[in-house]
Amino acid sequence: MALVVWGFTGLPDFGHYKGDYGRLLAKVAVPERKATDVVVSTTFDYRGFDTLGEEMILFTAVLGLVVLLRELRGEQEEEEEADDNKEGEAGREHRTSDALRIFGLGLVGPTVLLGVYIVTHGTLTPGGGFQGGVILATALLIVYLAGRYAAMRKVSPIPLLEAGEASGATAFALFGLGGLIIAGVYMKNFIDPGTKGSLLSGGFIPLLNIAVGLEVAGAFSLAFQEFLDQTILLRSPGGGE
Amino acid sequence: MSFLPYAVAAWLFGIGIYGVATSRNLIHLVVCLTVVQSGTYVLLLAIGYVGAGKAPIFADIPSNSTVVDPVVQTLTLTDVVVEATVVALLLALAMQAHKRFGTLNPDDLGAMRS
Amino acid sequence: MIEAFQIVALVLVAASGTAVVLVRDPLRQAVVVSFYGSLLAGLFFAFQAPDVALSQIVIGSVGVPLMLLMTIAKIRKREGGREGDE
Repeated sequence: MALVVWGFTGLPDFGHYKGDYGRLLAKVAVPERKATDVVVSTTFDYRGFDTLGEEMILFTAVLGLVVLLRELRGEQEEEEEADDNKEGEAGREHRTSDALRIFGLGLVGPTVLLGVYIVTHGTLTPGGGFQGGVILATALLIVYLAGRYAAMRKVSPIPLLEAGEASGATAFALFGLGGLIIAGVYMKNFIDPGTKGSLLSGGFIPLLNIAVGLEVAGAFSLAFQEFLDQTILLRSPGGGE
Repeated sequence: MSFLPYAVAAWLFGIGIYGVATSRNLIHLVVCLTVVQSGTYVLLLAIGYVGAGKAPIFADIPSNSTVVDPVVQTLTLTDVVVEATVVALLLALAMQAHKRFGTLNPDDLGAMRS
Repeated sequence: MIEAFQIVALVLVAASGTAVVLVRDPLRQAVVVSFYGSLLAGLFFAFQAPDVALSQIVIGSVGVPLMLLMTIAKIRKREGGREGDE
């Protein structure tokens, strides 16, 4: 405890941080990379290698989750065939009112648009691949909330999500390799940064944002999907499968 | 009052650890772990804050204005995303534990195994 | 040095973080943690970190509580089924 207190006394006073690295980046990032959001250009460019590691964490965690839950699902389906009879109560099918369904489906379009906007404008304004990707994944959940589980299964082909996640992660790594080949350094920005404030400024930062958006959207939709499968399959056996 | 952000970070960390240690439910334990992790966000952002600084986004502020540190924000961003994946994985593990042992109480898990 | 808005946000976050730990029922906790996530996002805005606040909103107040709710629903269902068998 005393050690913790001693450690805390070594911290800079609140509001008086003098980190040279951060101040240097804040000064240099905009002229060098032409991307107005320094946090994003730090995430994807200056510290791109860390983000690559994070991508791999995300990828592996979702992979582990899918393996764990699918194994669970296989066991349950066997159990459910044995005791199908007690599922009779009210059919357990989700019935939503027409108003909710129309409102929900109306929300899907704007949500997807918002997600894409946040992904692509990451270099200019707050946002980026991570935030936009999760928003894209929630669009899928709105389909579930508004309509039915079966409808969601129809619009979310799992192989496509898996492919989206994997290709996003691969694209990120490949952009890093591109830096190695073209500029000689891994994760080096090898595309002309363009002009400040334009949508395609920042060299490969927007492209990396899209790659990350793809991966995050795929990963989180897959995670939501697997959790929902767990919840729904107990309610209506065989529903949507 | 300038120690308040650090005090809050330490408090969140401590209360989260307390929750993890005394938890009687694996789901409750996972949520307490997110509180521990949020203590680290508050600490990181509090360190990087610069008095009267602006957000490090030069879309509509002059390029020589004082801004808060972008590096700690990047670290926190990574932290937040990692938290979500950790929670997803731990919840899946909790489901498995419930399936195997029929309970979510961590104390009973060891007893069932022996 | 520290602004009033930041003090308010810090105190709210500390209080609701405590509430998250002290609520023992997972279902109620899922609601409280969603509230806590939103407050934390407000604190990040107060600390001039809009990027972090955005990801905290989508993950802390939407993603995590949703996964929690689905897990709880699953486990409740299974426990209900088990009691029916015995």
